Amino acid sequence: MPRYFTEEHEWIDVEGETATIGITDYAQSQLGDIVFVETPQSGTDLAKGKEAAVVESVKAASDVYAPISGTVTEGNEALEDDPELVNSSPEDEGWFFRMSVSDTAELEGLMDDTAYKTFCEGLD
Amino acid sequence: MDDPQEFEELPPEKLPLDQWHRDHGARMVAFAGYEMPIQYEGIVAEHEWTRSKAGLFDVSHMGQLVISGDGATAALEAVLPANLSTLKPGRIRYSLLLNETGGILDDLMVTNTSRDGQEEFYLVVNGAMKWDDIAWLREHLPDDITMNHLDDSALLALQGPEAAAVLEGVFPGCTDDLYFMQGTGLEWEGAMIGIGRSGYTGEDGFEISVPATHAEKLADALLADARVKPAGLGARDSLRLEAGLPLYGHDLTEDTDPVSAGLGFALPKSRRETGGYVGHGACMARFEDGGCAQSRVGLALEGRLPAREGAQVFAGDALVGTVTSGGFSPTLGHPIAMAFVEAEHAHSDADLHIEVRGRRLPARVVSLPFVPHNYARKGA
Repeated sequence: MPRYFTEEHEWIDVEGETATIGITDYAQSQLGDIVFVETPQSGTDLAKGKEAAVVESVKAASDVYAPISGTVTEGNEALEDDPELVNSSPEDEGWFFRMSVSDTAELEGLMDDTAYKTFCEGLD
Repeated sequence: MDDPQEFEELPPEKLPLDQWHRDHGARMVAFAGYEMPIQYEGIVAEHEWTRSKAGLFDVSHMGQLVISGDGATAALEAVLPANLSTLKPGRIRYSLLLNETGGILDDLMVTNTSRDGQEEFYLVVNGAMKWDDIAWLREHLPDDITMNHLDDSALLALQGPEAAAVLEGVFPGCTDDLYFMQGTGLEWEGAMIGIGRSGYTGEDGFEISVPATHAEKLADALLADARVKPAGLGARDSLRLEAGLPLYGHDLTEDTDPVSAGLGFALPKSRRETGGYVGHGACMARFEDGGCAQSRVGLALEGRLPAREGAQVFAGDALVGTVTSGGFSPTLGHPIAMAFVEAEHAHSDADLHIEVRGRRLPARVVSLPFVPHNYARKGA
């Protein structure tokens, strides 16, 4: 299962026609202690680059953008009671939402694991 | 402290402990014209450590001013509403710089540091406002009153229930007769150190003025105690919010006045009658019935979604106020906020909601502070 990354520090797992989206370990470490996550409702149509979710840390609210276009199929309900999952398991249990992939061509501009690592190293 | 955005044009300057912060794992951000540590291991961890042990904060961005000369007491009383003529040497007061209409130009701490009949006061003003304050004070103080900006001194804040025990380890005996809102001075390693038992967290604690040459040595000496961890601006903000303490540039601005802001205690009774300071008349009018359209209140929210600065407060469909600072309270486990709300809704029975991204969150007016203060008061 390929994993893609965006410059906004989201990760995208694509399995068939469904994508799972979350924020990276780098992103959660930058945000700090997360106290609330607002995930999109299923059925929401998202356009690539549009605001899809909001993550609130102790410091501030930050938007999470849709890395590709599609329709939301599920938000991670576990984050309602346990937003700290984004800190403790950002790239696994702390996923944000799942969506259909409307155009696989949109994945082509995204980074793979190696490219994302290099990208983050350039930021520090 | 004022909104740092207006300083973004200038590259931020470095403070005496800049490298020390980086060596201790700080994440640095531009704030009030300086590079400042926002956090080390994490805001919540530093917040909780300060509430249970002792956090060490660098607040060297703040303006430290010494005002002295014959007649300094009377000269300062013309610009501050505090009663300085009855403030004994070694005592600290919270005070305000006001404009003619009673708007708050800055809030500050003033210590009477007079010795041997020489009148002298030590002021700590907000970092983002200090250049404006200096210009304003210079304009309003007589020419024969000296103002010295201690820009070669760092300011450290050691805050938390273990702060006094820690400070005793470095300066033995220094807290023997030093209580909340009292200051003292001592010599350490060849440098003069000023210590005030005050702070911005609601905990017992100290603010320590130290020459830049000795700042690292003092920070190391304090941090050598296992009860101390460094804490950044992030925890300082969440701690002061829980303590119900207003932040200049957010909860207080030139458009807010001390009466609406609930800072009537900074306008002592004796001087309400005698006046003689900038903004006096405008403040007195606000003490009258209906003199304040709005009041600063504390709001407690349910759930976990914080309401931040700028969020609107509603009573039914009516817009009745604005959040001036808000966030998640690590101590209480729910979001809290300070807001200016129309006076008729500023009570605990008011049915208020705060709008956050289209949602209406129920909010209850609660008395400040949100988390009880833990000051070492004399006689307590």
